[in-house]
Amino acid sequence: MDLKTFKIGGVHPPENKLSAGVAIEAAALPKRAFIHLGQHLGAPAKPVVQKGDTVKVGTLIGTGEGFISAAVHSSVSGTVFAIDSVIDASGYKRLAVIIDVAGDEWEPSIDRNPELKKEIALDQKAIVEKIKESGIVGLGGATFPAHVKYMVPEGKKVDTIIINAVECEPYLTSDHRVMLERADEVLVGTQILMKALGVGKAIIGIEANKPDALELLSRKAKDYTGIAVQGLKVQYPQGAEKQLIKACLNREVPSGKLPLDVGCVVNNVGTALAVYEAVQKNKPLFERVVTMTGHKLPKKANFLVRVGTPIAQLIDSCGGIPEGTAKFINGGPMMGKAMVSPETPVTKGTSGVILVDGSDAKRNAPGDCIRCAKCVAACPMGLEPYLIEKQAEYALWEEAEKEDAADCMECGCCQFTCPAARPLLDNIRLAKSNVMRIRRERSKK
Amino acid sequence: MSAMILYPVIMLGAVAGIAAILLFLAAKKFHVEEDPRIDKVAELLPGANCGGCGYPGCRGLAEALVKAADKGDLSGLSCPPGGSAAMKAIGDALGLAVAETEPMVAVLRCGGTHEKAPRTLTYDGAQKCVIAHTVFVGEKGCPNGCLGFGDCVTVCAFGAMYMDEKTGLPVIDPAKCVACGACVKACPRKIIEMRPKGRKDRRVWINCVNTEKGAAAMKYCKAACIGCGKCVKECPEKVQAITLVNNLAYIDPKKCIACGKCVLVCPTKAILATFEPPKPKPVEAPAPAPAAEAPKQANVA
Repeated sequence: MDLKTFKIGGVHPPENKLSAGVAIEAAALPKRAFIHLGQHLGAPAKPVVQKGDTVKVGTLIGTGEGFISAAVHSSVSGTVFAIDSVIDASGYKRLAVIIDVAGDEWEPSIDRNPELKKEIALDQKAIVEKIKESGIVGLGGATFPAHVKYMVPEGKKVDTIIINAVECEPYLTSDHRVMLERADEVLVGTQILMKALGVGKAIIGIEANKPDALELLSRKAKDYTGIAVQGLKVQYPQGAEKQLIKACLNREVPSGKLPLDVGCVVNNVGTALAVYEAVQKNKPLFERVVTMTGHKLPKKANFLVRVGTPIAQLIDSCGGIPEGTAKFINGGPMMGKAMVSPETPVTKGTSGVILVDGSDAKRNAPGDCIRCAKCVAACPMGLEPYLIEKQAEYALWEEAEKEDAADCMECGCCQFTCPAARPLLDNIRLAKSNVMRIRRERSKK
Repeated sequence: MSAMILYPVIMLGAVAGIAAILLFLAAKKFHVEEDPRIDKVAELLPGANCGGCGYPGCRGLAEALVKAADKGDLSGLSCPPGGSAAMKAIGDALGLAVAETEPMVAVLRCGGTHEKAPRTLTYDGAQKCVIAHTVFVGEKGCPNGCLGFGDCVTVCAFGAMYMDEKTGLPVIDPAKCVACGACVKACPRKIIEMRPKGRKDRRVWINCVNTEKGAAAMKYCKAACIGCGKCVKECPEKVQAITLVNNLAYIDPKKCIACGKCVLVCPTKAILATFEPPKPKPVEAPAPAPAAEAPKQANVA
């Protein structure tokens, strides 16, 4: 097959897909689940249960308020112990519903029959409504509420759906395993998404380091009309929306625009599976596949985890924290964030947890910029990271705006290539937030 | 021989003469009329260009002052470092009355020293408070406390701040602080507050901005305000300067009479004063507070 990729920038970090060969396994239920009400991008959900209420698996516990928001469902059955602040991965406290688990009783409306259901009974509008009701968010990590992408504003036309099965982050294997074990569900999910937008074409983009998934999906996709599988060269950050569109369709999303503006909608393969389960099986999003990995972790795993399970519990079932572990990374090593404590719960956005040894986790002391321009060559958005970093240092936000700091998607390629170990991304992120701020202030005036 | 000297002198003299005429004409043609009062006012300002007034440098403020003087009202404009003395001189020069402003001073409101709030996490990212604040809760685990990377010290143009290695907190020298407010703006956690200097330099403040419940705050910091409300009760009935909102006490500097009674009752010693609080009269509650407070006062007094 002809392998495609994006043209500007990018890096190829060591893949380290240690858990690629491990089948998905259901994780044990937690004794107490901590379900955050703000697991998605946008406004946090509003709690609709009270202390002492009995909930089942799949019961709605938080409704999405506002345009960009998502509903939250209980992932366990039991009684609500409290609605209180619980620390998230950054250590800040966020409102969460704490549930004491008793048994595993599911809402009777959920169809637990594992049989594949191909016929799509719902119509276009009902599908989008179902996605919204089920609290589905982008499972690639950005956790953008999925239904918003399917409410296409008037005047915009979409012709292609791209299913993001790139998983370009090193270490992570959750999407890979979903493709191998739930291929048919993913394909039906893709067809549902196609119906939701009324388009006849979908492309599933898979990187060449997953040959088994590429082969399996290419074979199975022949039974589904309109779905093509596209092999991609291994390159980070191919899983970023704009880069994936460039790789698959050779279309460029202009600065400040959305994939919609070039006629695309991009969704993760995990999201396609969640859509299948929501539409065909009436199952809201309350569990996801989480990769547990790390060089010294005794057992690597891909767990099917209920949202709200403390990560410490998952680490215990992998043989406990290895000696010398310095960081617990939530997400991939490139874009993930170090967690302040393993006691934080799994959220809809937790694609994996990496236990990094002290020798690997150390960040080198930054040196002076040697003007090698490696960061410029690596930036997939065509920015000049060294320059924006300097602008951030001197708080030159107007200048940073002219350098398109707001286009940065925080992939970290610049910092990864920097031989002087400069904190490029940290400063660019600062510039980005300030550019956003001055833009907001300007629009108010 | 004389020609060797004479010709160059004549030549250079002629060039100089032509250049002088050209410059004279250019100066006439491009002459900019500027209000002489701006220079006068700028001279009366301290000249530190700290930006504390909100204008780009002292000249910026001078221009704004002259503009405001034409309208006949100088209210809303002030020079924090120059204080009321400078403003009075400017008012005299412009022939307008200036309202008296109270002298202010920056006050740090965090007591999370290494001893009281030990570091439980290690951060190796960019060493700036603004960045660390967006990334995580801080090395001590306090979501409101000082992050300790010294953004405030970096922006201080008057050398009035330094980082204390022993405590991990910045120290403000009230003698050098001109209340420009740069540190207040630089702190992402809003820990530094501008407070009136107070009569005879006597001031009392809550040395904490943590809004979490007492039990939760005590887990990571032994110097946190736990919102117990003892100080509220202790504050004299006629004064009532202390309010308790969101588990955090706040002393209103406008109402506070700086009696220092609250300092002694605080169970976590989260109230600081620039003076030795008077010992309470009853014998049954001997407060050990002054001993622990003494070194901190030395820093701020």
